[in-house]
Amino acid sequence: MARVSSSLGWRDRLGTLRARIGVVRHRYRVNPGLYCLGNPTHESPVLVSANYKLSFDSLRGRLAGIDAFILVADTRGVNVWCAAGKGIFSADEVALLVERTALAERVSHRRLILPQLAAPGVAAHTLKKNCGFSAVFGPVRAADIKKFLAAGMKCDEAMRSVTFTLGERATLTPVEVYLALKPLFFAIIFLFVLAGIGADFFSFERGLARSVPAAVATAVGLFSGAVFTPVFLPWVPGRQFWLKGMEVGALAGAGFCYWHDGGMANIGLALWVAALCSYLAMNFTGATPFTSLSGVKKELPRGLACQIVLAAVGLGLWLAAPFIRG
Amino acid sequence: MKMKKFRYLDHTAILRLDGDACVGCGNCVTVCPHRVFALEGKKARIVDPDGCMECGGCAKNCPVGAIFVNPDDGCGCAAYIIQSWINRVTGLRLNLFSC
Ligand code: SF4
Ligand code: SF4
Repeated sequence: MARVSSSLGWRDRLGTLRARIGVVRHRYRVNPGLYCLGNPTHESPVLVSANYKLSFDSLRGRLAGIDAFILVADTRGVNVWCAAGKGIFSADEVALLVERTALAERVSHRRLILPQLAAPGVAAHTLKKNCGFSAVFGPVRAADIKKFLAAGMKCDEAMRSVTFTLGERATLTPVEVYLALKPLFFAIIFLFVLAGIGADFFSFERGLARSVPAAVATAVGLFSGAVFTPVFLPWVPGRQFWLKGMEVGALAGAGFCYWHDGGMANIGLALWVAALCSYLAMNFTGATPFTSLSGVKKELPRGLACQIVLAAVGLGLWLAAPFIRG
Repeated sequence: MKMKKFRYLDHTAILRLDGDACVGCGNCVTVCPHRVFALEGKKARIVDPDGCMECGGCAKNCPVGAIFVNPDDGCGCAAYIIQSWINRVTGLRLNLFSC
C-alpha cells in the first residue's frame, strides 16, 4: 500500500498552480486506491477522496499528525463536487474500490468518511447495501477535518455550509481567463481582418491601427468579466449574473472611451466591452457554489439576447466608422 | 463570508419535499451545503427554498425518495447550456467548450 505524507512538496505546489491556471485540469490525477497517512491501525479512520490531485492534496495537506487511511476513488481526475454532480463519484464506484483494496481486512470498523460535497453522487444507504460500510459525511472543507475528527465525527453548522470567500473566488478566475483566451484570440484575428475594411476596400495599415484598440477593448472586457466581476461579485448590485456583468462592463466601456476618445469607433468598442463582460460574468455561474441550474436557464436567454444585440450594434458602429469619417 | 450574502434568483430552484413520505432520518439536513432543511420533530421541513442550488445531495441521500430536485444535469455554466441547446437544434454532438 502506498504511503503518503501530509506535507506538500514544491512539485505539488507547482502542480496546484498549473491546475489552477487551467493548463492541466482533468489530467492532474492520483492513482485510485488505498493510501496510508502516518501509521494507521485497524481502528484508524478511512477518508474518501476524489482522484483529482488538488482534492487529494488539499485533504492530505490538512492532516498533519493524523494516522488515517485515504481511499482514493476513480473520479477520472474530476474534483469531488463536480464528479459527484456528474455521477462519476458514486456509491458503486466507492464500493468497488472497497472490495478491490480489501479494506474490510485492514480495518475493524465499518465506516467511511466522505466529503459532504460528495453527497450529490454518493447515496449513503446504497453504499451500505453495496459494501457493508456506512458513510459518515464529513465537513465541506478539508480544512475542518481535524476538528471534525477531534469532535468525535461531528460538524457544526459552519462546517456544513459552503462558503465563497474572496480568496475562493479569486482562485477560480485564472481558469476563466485561460478558457476564454483561445476563442478571444480568434476573435481578435477576425477583428483585424474586418478592421482593414474601409472606403478604399482594404488597407493593411488601417487594419493594424484599428485592431490595436479592438484588442485592448477585448482585453478590458476579458478582465472585467472574468476577473473583476467574480472577485467583486457580492458588491456588484443585482442577482442575475449577466446583469452584474453588464453593469461592470458598462463602466469599463465608459472608461475605455474616456481613456481613448469618444469617437464612433470607440463607442462601438465600448459596447463590445460591455457585451463580452456580461457574457463572461454569466458564464461564471458554472463556477459558483450557489447558482441553481434552473436559475441559469432562466437568466441565460435574456442575457444572451442583450449581449448579442450590444455586440452587433457595437461591431456595426466600429465597422461603419471609417466610412463615415471618409 | 456568510453564504447569506450570496443569493441567487428567488422562486426558481426546483425542490419539493413529500412530507408524508419523510421518515425523519435527517440525511437531507446533514448533506445540504446551504442548510435548506431543518428537522422538526420527526419530519424534515424546507426552511430556505431560495437557498437551494439544485446540487441534488439531499434527494440522493433520502432513503425513501421523499425529495425531488431538478434532475437535469449540467455544470450550470452558460457555455455548457448554450452548447447543449446548439446540439439539440442542430442534432450534432459538439464539444466546443471544455466543460
Ligand atoms: S439540492 Fe442541494 S442545495 Fe438544494 S436543498 Fe438539496 S442539498 Fe440543499
Ligand atoms: S432524507 Fe428524506 S426521510 Fe430523511 S429527513 Fe430528509 S426527507 Fe425525511
